[in-house]
Amino acid sequence: MISIENISKSFGKQEVLKNISVSMNSNECIALIGPNGSGKTTLIKSILGMVPLVTGQILIDNNSIIGSYQYRSLIGYMPQIGRYPDNMNIGQVIQLMKTIRGNHVITDESLIDDFNLRQIFEKKMSTLSGGTRQKVSACIAFLFNPKILILDEPTAGLDPLSSEILKNKILVEKGKGKLIIITSHVLSELEEMISRVIYMQDGHIRIDASINELLEQTGENRLGKIISKALN
Amino acid sequence: MRMTKYILTDILRNKTLIVYTFLLFLLSFSVFSLEDNPTKGVLSILNLLLIIVPLISSIFTTIYIYNSSEFIELLVSQPVKRSSIWISLYFGLGFSLSLAFIIGAGIITMIYQTDSTGILLIVSGVLLSLIFCSIAMLTTVYNRDKAKGIGASILTWLYFSLLFDGVLVFLLFQFSDYPIEKAMMAMSMLNPIDLARILILLKLDVSALMGYTGALFRTFFGNGYGQTISFLVLGIWSLIPFLISLHKFKHKDL
Repeated sequence: MISIENISKSFGKQEVLKNISVSMNSNECIALIGPNGSGKTTLIKSILGMVPLVTGQILIDNNSIIGSYQYRSLIGYMPQIGRYPDNMNIGQVIQLMKTIRGNHVITDESLIDDFNLRQIFEKKMSTLSGGTRQKVSACIAFLFNPKILILDEPTAGLDPLSSEILKNKILVEKGKGKLIIITSHVLSELEEMISRVIYMQDGHIRIDASINELLEQTGENRLGKIISKALN
Repeated sequence: MRMTKYILTDILRNKTLIVYTFLLFLLSFSVFSLEDNPTKGVLSILNLLLIIVPLISSIFTTIYIYNSSEFIELLVSQPVKRSSIWISLYFGLGFSLSLAFIIGAGIITMIYQTDSTGILLIVSGVLLSLIFCSIAMLTTVYNRDKAKGIGASILTWLYFSLLFDGVLVFLLFQFSDYPIEKAMMAMSMLNPIDLARILILLKLDVSALMGYTGALFRTFFGNGYGQTISFLVLGIWSLIPFLISLHKFKHKDL
């Protein structure tokens, strides 16, 4: 579904992605993990076209993303930090997203109901707490029933209850055979969902293996320990 | 373009913009009610306009764009062209700033100075709003850091409202023995604030105070041909910086 071929990226002198090639397929739930500054976010941003490619190629459903923007209708993206225009309310932000996609698109608004956002649709974005803004971001990512979901630290800042709701939603979407890419620092959060681990360090992919392989190789059952063992 | 409507609903309710409108209203109202001669009123308004409008337009635009950076990123991740996002932002900001000027200063001016001079003043104000919005978009697209970006915006404003004239005066004295009037006219095209000032001053018939150069300026800027060219140049000023910023934004790492 997503095929990344030899991409490199530098910001000034600093090389953030070093010749990365990896492919990701539907029916996978991938944990993209690694220390701060390892290139995770840049990799995600390259897929989303936020960081234009200079070298290498990214194919989505066998089509190059270079010079294209329509492919992004296949992707739902939840950013790490959601900040919205101060004077828009929740309803307007969601309506804006629908307008961009064209109003004929069938939407999946279950998360809006699960988070009880409809009652506060009139609230201005500037008055919302960080957690509530995070909920809005999550709703937008799932809103258009996309084939690919890219979630950057999805549960950071959410209360335990909302975090559970979101995790359940991710599991439901995983069941539909979608490709889900999650980055997170909190490894224990991911254990129940993921099928494959990509561990990045210094712009390289250090580990890329299915969770079952890793379990067998290391004999550990906790993700944190699996990673540290696999690295040695 | 569908996005412009939503961006407008956000900006038009922005508190800073509302305060700016009110400030313009207060200033223009007090100026016109203090002066018994509306022409003097226009002159005072002109001096305020040439300082406040560029300053507020550039700083407001700069801060708005930096505060929207995460939202712009989210929009870029959607199936929409980068250029539509940037154009919508320019439309939204430019329209709001122009509207603020028309409501704040334009209406009062039209009440006290209901003639072509009044209209000229309003058109110049709107054009200056657009021009400095466009210049500010250019400075933000080249500066990733918010503090640097705001600093750069203030510096550009300072350059156009003070430094440029300083250089001009310096050149005037250096080359006072030569006939440089034509060159001066060409140079004034390089500064939208100067251009707007010249246009309105000549309209006001106070050019008699400006001596020989004033008379020469009058022959050029005073007639329809010179005025058309001047407005054309102001129009270009409102577009070129924006178009450069658009080109840069299309390829920018967000």
